[in-house]
Amino acid sequence: MADTSFDLVVVGGGPGGYVAAIRAAQLGLKTAVVEREHLGGICLNWGCIPTKALLRSSEIYHLLHRLDDFGFSAKDISFDAGKVVARSRAVAKQLSNGVAYLLRKNKVTVFDGHASLVGKGRLAVAKDGNPVAELAADHIVLATGARARSLPGLEPDGELVWTYKEAMVPAAIPGSLLVVGSGAIGIEFASFYHDMGAEVTVVEVLDRVLPVEDEEISAFARKSFEKQGIKIYTAASVSGLERNGEGVSARIEANGKSLEVDVERVILAVGIVGNVEDIGLENTDVAVERTHIVVDEWLRTGEAGIYAVGDVVGPPWLAHKASHEGVICVEHIAGVNDVHPLDIRNIPACTYCRPQVASVGLTEKAAREAGHDVKVGHFPFIGNGKAIALGEPEGMVKTVFDSKTGELLGAHMIGAEVTELIQGYTIAKTLETTETELIRTIFPHPTLSETMHEAVLDAFGRAIHF
Amino acid sequence: MPIEILMPALSPTMTEGNVTKWLKKEGDEVHSGDVLAEIETDKATMEFEAIDDGRLGKILVPEGAEGIKVNQPIALLLGEDEDVSALDKFVPPASEDAPVARRQQETVPVQAAAPVALEKAGNGAGRIFASPLARRMAQQAGLDLAAITGSGPQGRIVKADIEAVLSAERGVPGSHRPAAQPAPFAPVPAPVLSKERVLALAGNPPYTERPLTAMRRVIAKRLTESKQTVPHFYLTVDCETDELLKFRTELNAKSDAYRISVNDFVIRAAALALRQVPAANAAWSEEAILLWDTVDIAVAVALEDGLITPIVKNADRKGLAAIASETKDLAARARAGKLKLEEFQGGTFSISNLGMFGVRDFAAVINPPHGGILAVGVGEQRPVVKNGALAIATVMSCTLSCDHRAVDGAVGAQFLAAFKKLVEDPLTMLL
Repeated sequence: MADTSFDLVVVGGGPGGYVAAIRAAQLGLKTAVVEREHLGGICLNWGCIPTKALLRSSEIYHLLHRLDDFGFSAKDISFDAGKVVARSRAVAKQLSNGVAYLLRKNKVTVFDGHASLVGKGRLAVAKDGNPVAELAADHIVLATGARARSLPGLEPDGELVWTYKEAMVPAAIPGSLLVVGSGAIGIEFASFYHDMGAEVTVVEVLDRVLPVEDEEISAFARKSFEKQGIKIYTAASVSGLERNGEGVSARIEANGKSLEVDVERVILAVGIVGNVEDIGLENTDVAVERTHIVVDEWLRTGEAGIYAVGDVVGPPWLAHKASHEGVICVEHIAGVNDVHPLDIRNIPACTYCRPQVASVGLTEKAAREAGHDVKVGHFPFIGNGKAIALGEPEGMVKTVFDSKTGELLGAHMIGAEVTELIQGYTIAKTLETTETELIRTIFPHPTLSETMHEAVLDAFGRAIHF
Repeated sequence: MPIEILMPALSPTMTEGNVTKWLKKEGDEVHSGDVLAEIETDKATMEFEAIDDGRLGKILVPEGAEGIKVNQPIALLLGEDEDVSALDKFVPPASEDAPVARRQQETVPVQAAAPVALEKAGNGAGRIFASPLARRMAQQAGLDLAAITGSGPQGRIVKADIEAVLSAERGVPGSHRPAAQPAPFAPVPAPVLSKERVLALAGNPPYTERPLTAMRRVIAKRLTESKQTVPHFYLTVDCETDELLKFRTELNAKSDAYRISVNDFVIRAAALALRQVPAANAAWSEEAILLWDTVDIAVAVALEDGLITPIVKNADRKGLAAIASETKDLAARARAGKLKLEEFQGGTFSISNLGMFGVRDFAAVINPPHGGILAVGVGEQRPVVKNGALAIATVMSCTLSCDHRAVDGAVGAQFLAAFKKLVEDPLTMLL
């Protein structure tokens, strides 16, 4: 019989939960994780990681169509969708196994099953409806994550109308595809399927794609996607989906007009709801607002001894935000000195479409609305030697500074590999640098990162290469 | 490798100290608990004990050395199997600011890991950790970083701390971080009076120089700060003490076990008056006025080269004999520089008595965060009017300085009225 009494139990083994568990174990707490499906959660198994594997394949396929630009030629370029998907699954599996190893190494006990609260400091774990264990813990961290939202009339069926989950394991690449929602998830799938040869249409209810990004970045992205051949409808909605045998007929309302689009498949990416059901919150003082658990700066819920981290506590729904919350929550529980609450202004966000999009901090509009007198800098990839050498001249970097204090309020990037670059600005923001330190920093030549330097210089009227 | 013995932080405000005496010589055996040296801090001279066993290898800072920064090595201790040659091989760690990996020797607990803004010492400032943004914002707002408490990693001053100071200035309570500690607003420091400047201003008359002791620097700093930031106001009352003097003589005649001074009566009367008027036993903070539950009276004791204020704790709950023996003991140890930290730090109210010097009336400077200080003059025979006729009475003038932010005029007057009543009718002090 396994031990069932712990200092801390984490419910959910995703990037919020397993990181919290490892940190707790490092701090000497006797720790367990309960996971109902896969260690690593959505991120590793059905999100960030497998999609990056798919997007790597579509990037290669795209490059294979540009071989002539680089002096190559090849005939009969083709792919095997089964192999593309199999590689993505293998990557996910490898990382999930890695999480299991890390938990073992840190002496975290893992329970396979579904946990629900059954009284103060008590959790019942069941697998397929059969009781597995009853656990007692001084501290319970809920990291149950989130799932795709469905809209009335637009329910997924797993065959013709997909969520991210089916979209990740297609048997074949459909000839045509409608993506509903142009947030990070929708746009990544749009980009993947388009590069793999599908005709893609995107419908977004707001007035621009990637609506949380800076307006200029949204506009740049839209122009780029449309040039590639993706059809985009903004300020538009899907009023009905009619399934007809092998395809779907979608009714789109845009600009006061109604039009029919026939596609083979539909992907729904219209947002996320927190997994707050069936975990026994009913008899607690844990507050839930709009499917998300309400927590304070230390991730404490309304019920003493119960905490929540990650997607289940609300946006931004990002793995790295979940992990940081897990660490902050556990360190605060363990009484570690010098723990600081998460600063939402310093959380970077990345979208791995082509071209990539990455940002941190306030958009120009949000900065102005917050009352800042701003200085804004831009720098295009066309002015960067490395971008041209790579054959990736499409992109730009935008910086937003407070003109009085020189605080870097936000940074917004679009172009090749910007997801790997944004951490530079994130460090700068976290350390509270001003433009002075960024201007003094030596960015190596020739790299794409020089665009970041130039975008800072430009905000102060000093860009050299443009 | 030899162990570095570092200048200890013997009080929370101590940034540097003087080595007044080495009690061990190079080569002496040292056992944990042995007194190595006497260190003069900002407030007192303290014994500095070893926490490791070994042999005193090398004294790095000679007797009489002044202004040695906290955590600066002052000696090297050799381990039991090490010989003197180990000293030659010893390479001190590079940075004098890196307190992390070194062994800190402590005789009294240093204030816990609470973020501490390094104070700018008179000569050579300690490094202040602040983000570039915080530095710029402080500069733009004319704030002194040295007076701001950092809430960032390792006590680093960050934007939020500057914003907290600025919003406190505007009287807006709190920022987005409710638990943040209040960051005291620091006015732009007055220009430094260098020796050269003072000589020039004075027209270069001949002079003798007396070096500043750590205590002198603290007196200068704290009282300047008090006069610049605390809005003082003053209330004076005359107390007739003939009854008190008579009563005192009677009490002292009853036993040789105690000798109660007039000042002991004053302490007891002030303590009881504070209990009767609790609003006067208060301190100002940015968030709230703090009304103290206890009455702890700090009594100024003149020293040869300064003054110190040992505290009679719970003075309202102590009898005259207890107060008398306690003040006698505290004053004696204060003059010997042997007070413990907790015996002179804190208190809720102060008393300063210059009656023994014949001073009739004076106004004292408040010792922050106290809400008030009572300045006691000499008891002397004065003409008074009683029932329409001139008479002679022994009169003692007492002046209360109040921090007007915490204690208003009416409250101060109530306190003085209660005090006067107790002094003039000393039997009520026994109630």
